[in-house]
Amino acid sequence: MIHSYHGLVKISLKNEKILIVKYVNFFHKSLKEKFIKRCLKMTIYWNEKAECMPQEELKKLQGEKLKKFAHYVYNNVDFYHKKFDELRIKPEDIKSVNDITKLPLTYKTDLRDNYPFNLNAVPMGEIIRIHASSGTTGKPTVVSYTRKDISDWTEIMARTVMASGITHEDVVQNAYGYGLFTGGLGFHYGAEKVGCSVIPISGGNTQRQLMIMQDFKSTVLTCTPSYALYIAEYAKKEGIDVSKLALKKAICGAEPWSDNLRKTIEAELEIDAYDIYGLSEIYGPGVSIECEEKNGMHVWEDFFIVEVLDRKTHEPVEPGEEGVLAFTTLEKTGMPLLRYITYDIATINKEKCSCGRTCCRMSKVTGRADDMLIVRGINVFPSQVEAALMTIPGVAGYYQIIIDRDIIDSLSVQVELTADTFSDEMKVLENFKRDIELKLYNILQVRASVELVAPGTLPRTEGKAKHVIDKRTKNI
Amino acid sequence: MLKQISVFLPNQVGTLFKLTQILMDNDINMRAISVAETADFGILRVLVDQNKTEECVKVLKAENYLSLITEVIAVDVPDKPGALHDITRILAEERVNIEYLYSTLVKEKAIIVIRVDDIDKAVNILKKKGVKLIESKEF
Ligand SMILES: [Zn+2]
Repeated sequence: MIHSYHGLVKISLKNEKILIVKYVNFFHKSLKEKFIKRCLKMTIYWNEKAECMPQEELKKLQGEKLKKFAHYVYNNVDFYHKKFDELRIKPEDIKSVNDITKLPLTYKTDLRDNYPFNLNAVPMGEIIRIHASSGTTGKPTVVSYTRKDISDWTEIMARTVMASGITHEDVVQNAYGYGLFTGGLGFHYGAEKVGCSVIPISGGNTQRQLMIMQDFKSTVLTCTPSYALYIAEYAKKEGIDVSKLALKKAICGAEPWSDNLRKTIEAELEIDAYDIYGLSEIYGPGVSIECEEKNGMHVWEDFFIVEVLDRKTHEPVEPGEEGVLAFTTLEKTGMPLLRYITYDIATINKEKCSCGRTCCRMSKVTGRADDMLIVRGINVFPSQVEAALMTIPGVAGYYQIIIDRDIIDSLSVQVELTADTFSDEMKVLENFKRDIELKLYNILQVRASVELVAPGTLPRTEGKAKHVIDKRTKNI
Repeated sequence: MLKQISVFLPNQVGTLFKLTQILMDNDINMRAISVAETADFGILRVLVDQNKTEECVKVLKAENYLSLITEVIAVDVPDKPGALHDITRILAEERVNIEYLYSTLVKEKAIIVIRVDDIDKAVNILKKKGVKLIESKEF
């Protein structure tokens, strides 16, 4: 069984197609198709004109779009109108893409301050969808989409899906959560647009995932990387022979993962796994995706301007340097964002990719410039935990968040009991614990187990207490 | 009626060891003991010499243990079939709810310690039915 095709592509190209046929049967199933495509130089694009546009032309296009966009936000969003006035700039000052640094930055706190709809540029009558993700407090971060936004996002997701080599022949088992979270519906629309057979199974119920995967002959799995690994482990436990599955690929995202984890998932499920990036504030999944080269994630630059900024000053860094990513949503009409600071740390590579796509590539996200945590693909802020605890009478101000990963993430919150909340009856303590767990789930949208601890046992530190112990890094 | 001390026990190695050490150092004798536990914590319920109850809570508090005093009933149960049943029947008939109970030996007699939701009502009806309750002075 051959697990790498790189050398063979060269040999086969020199020695005509007959050799391709000769070699291909030795390939592992996840590589067969890719090998043929590479030999025949057959990259399939969803939108070749846009994806392979010469870089100069792309830059010009971005400039044109940015000019229009500056006018649009200035004229339709009070928040930006005020920001422009404060900075003493006019939309007319934007003449090319390089002028972007004159424009105001947008922070997550701005979204919170304008909760839920004050950053919208259109009346509610024009909004056709609302998604939400975690906010830094008890309130979520809300994103409103117009019909154009949904259609643009679908275009972006169609490109994204095809960039990883998926075609209309594929059966896509979409195990991202459907709901306020953008993962499920984002993939759904994109894969459907491409013409894939989409199974909207959503997350969870692994037994059923595997049954459907076997019976429907799913060729693509979309879910968080930790869930992909969990499915692999579960299959092993159930004695399912993964080499008999039709599964060829997985698109994994919504949480950071290492190349090591990729290798494990690929080996365990005998597939090809791709990384995808996105955030709900900027549509959702599909802001960038790995192509079959797996060497950075292509950012769809005709829809976004991506900047890399210094994590403290928020000034642009030197080309190629690491920093915080900021996105400008050139085409968004519902909730347009200028230079939105993601707090995700990464680098940008502007070199042309050998897949033929000209848009830049971002590296894996290497960290966060704020205290956001990602647990089972869901964003969690320590301040949300605090906000949830504050609403429960009798909970002392001390808490500690512990995150661990045993294939999938576990989140537990230690809470100190007090003289007021302690009882000699087990049921009282268990109800108290359950109340906190329910409250946390309502705010975090991810299950957290509460551990009651004795008073005075959680660390008290001067100033900002260290509330988070993340034990995952060593396991990733 | 007796005063029972309940102590919160986080699920960690040595928690109980430290506690028994403290009681020993303070010359406090445990007369009855029971532990209720879940996966991540436990509640220790203990009867000490009744005149030492307040002192015991004070000592525990000084050592950062979370504890509280609850009033419980202790009954002298004859060693024969159905003895406990008589008591639970009386309480059930009067709709008094038993939260938990445990047994212990006091002066070679088997006694049952009962925590109910309405202790005054329980004491009254048990006395009326002639059940012998153990008072704190004879404990
Ligand atoms: Zn590429």
